[in-house]
Amino acid sequence: MRLLNLKPDRTWSFALALLPFLALLIAYTMGSAIRLAENPNDKLLPGFNSMVEAVKHYALQPDARSGIYLMWNDTASSMTLLLSALAISILIALVFGIMIGLLPVMGATFGPVVAVMSMVPPLALLPILFIIMGLGDAAKITLIVIGTTLKLIRDVALRVGDLPREQLIKAQTLGASTWQIGLRVVLPQILPRLIDAVRLEIGPAWLFLIAAEAIAADSGLGYRIFLVRRYLAMDVIIPYVIWITLLAFLMDLALRLLQRRAFPWFAGARAA
Amino acid sequence: MTGIVFDKVWKEYGSHVVLERIDLDIAPRSFVALVGPSGCGKTTFLRMLLGEEKPTRGKILVGGAPLKAEPDSDRGVVFQRYSVFPHLTVLANVMVGREFQQSPFLGKLFGRRRREAADEAHKLLEAVGLKGHEDKYPTALSGGMQQRLALAQALNRKPKILLLDEPFGALDPGIRADIHVLIRKIWNENDLTVVMVTHDLSEAFRLGSRVIAFERPRNRPEELERYGATLDDLSLAEAMSKAGASITRDFEVWPKKVAGPLPDIAKQLDQTSGEARS
Repeated sequence: MRLLNLKPDRTWSFALALLPFLALLIAYTMGSAIRLAENPNDKLLPGFNSMVEAVKHYALQPDARSGIYLMWNDTASSMTLLLSALAISILIALVFGIMIGLLPVMGATFGPVVAVMSMVPPLALLPILFIIMGLGDAAKITLIVIGTTLKLIRDVALRVGDLPREQLIKAQTLGASTWQIGLRVVLPQILPRLIDAVRLEIGPAWLFLIAAEAIAADSGLGYRIFLVRRYLAMDVIIPYVIWITLLAFLMDLALRLLQRRAFPWFAGARAA
Repeated sequence: MTGIVFDKVWKEYGSHVVLERIDLDIAPRSFVALVGPSGCGKTTFLRMLLGEEKPTRGKILVGGAPLKAEPDSDRGVVFQRYSVFPHLTVLANVMVGREFQQSPFLGKLFGRRRREAADEAHKLLEAVGLKGHEDKYPTALSGGMQQRLALAQALNRKPKILLLDEPFGALDPGIRADIHVLIRKIWNENDLTVVMVTHDLSEAFRLGSRVIAFERPRNRPEELERYGATLDDLSLAEAMSKAGASITRDFEVWPKKVAGPLPDIAKQLDQTSGEARS
């Protein structure tokens, strides 16, 4: 049988998916064991025991000085920033994206400026934001919003443009106004597509958050990683990175489920 | 009663002439079939009638008044594809016209008015043979059923003109025959002038009360730019034999087809639904 016709069933798919993860795990364990055998105080590739200890210390015991659980506190503070920034981005992107995509006048007015602005590297704006807005949360949220909104706007505008011309004509022959078309024809069809776009922007959003936290913060997952870096505390950094990855993965999963549950028509429409 | 008049209409894109000197008088309640080769401008003609395109010269009159320059609820339309909204159920697809009409801000009805709109939609769906599919999404319907839905949706606002853009082009022959019966019934029972674009001559002659052929009389490459299609009303035999005709004539399909007297549709629908119940 040709290789391209060989399709794994569910069990095999699962097993195959696990394979690369296991390989990574084994490679790390071996590397760590070799280094620790040479020097028990090696900090570069800590063993699993020390990582578990570190997580216990950060997640399950209150900090000796402040009395808070550091890892949960970091998570809450990072997630608050990330989610509020994404919420703002999505709202702006929906309003402007639909206007630019649906109304030629708005497209002519805002299309070019959005196209140019989306080429500005957001991290280059970070110093400006810190200067203008101070070192607080506002600057960090703004950075994430700037970094994700423009791409989302462009994506929404393109998706609106992709809607068949026939649908917009049909709606007009049913007597719909521009507002009604936006509300009942365009918006509900854009929402599931927006979810796809947001899923792709989760990665950049984390990047901007951690970059901002690394420079100026007093809590947050990125802040902690860069803080303990000074002590080469790989036993803290590695679990934190895994935790951030897991959070991002769960956000992606949640969005995918939301898309399937809230827009049951979408799978069929996308296939058609 | 809504007649349509094309008064010396030209359509040009830049220096490219698509349609030239279209003079046409469409009687109220006629069923006009537009035929012609691809790229001959029959779709452009329909788009002008829709209000999606403006004539470069000349004017279009509907019921004596100039045509509204944008698509509106006085003209219903069914396209070959994408005529229905994929995110709405079958029932909601039909109701949405009423919702646009009665709820300017939300475009959505609630309570008693919603029930009335739903009742009306149920009747229309029954009339087009989609009873029992109300809660499905359009992608779960076959191509023929989607076109039936598109018809019901278009009829919901009771347009005076129904424009069909190759509506049955993608359907299997058997399904196409069924939907031909439906469209003739709709034409016969409503105060409706139908204009249909088709590339299928036999369909044109079977359905139309009048067949109009669009042809480019000058077909040399250097001429294509500067000369558009003109009108030709033809009998089937003539349409088959003539390739580069440029004469404009009026031809009515023989034997003469005339839409039946307008029945009281509401009453009739009540009767049929009554029969279905008993």
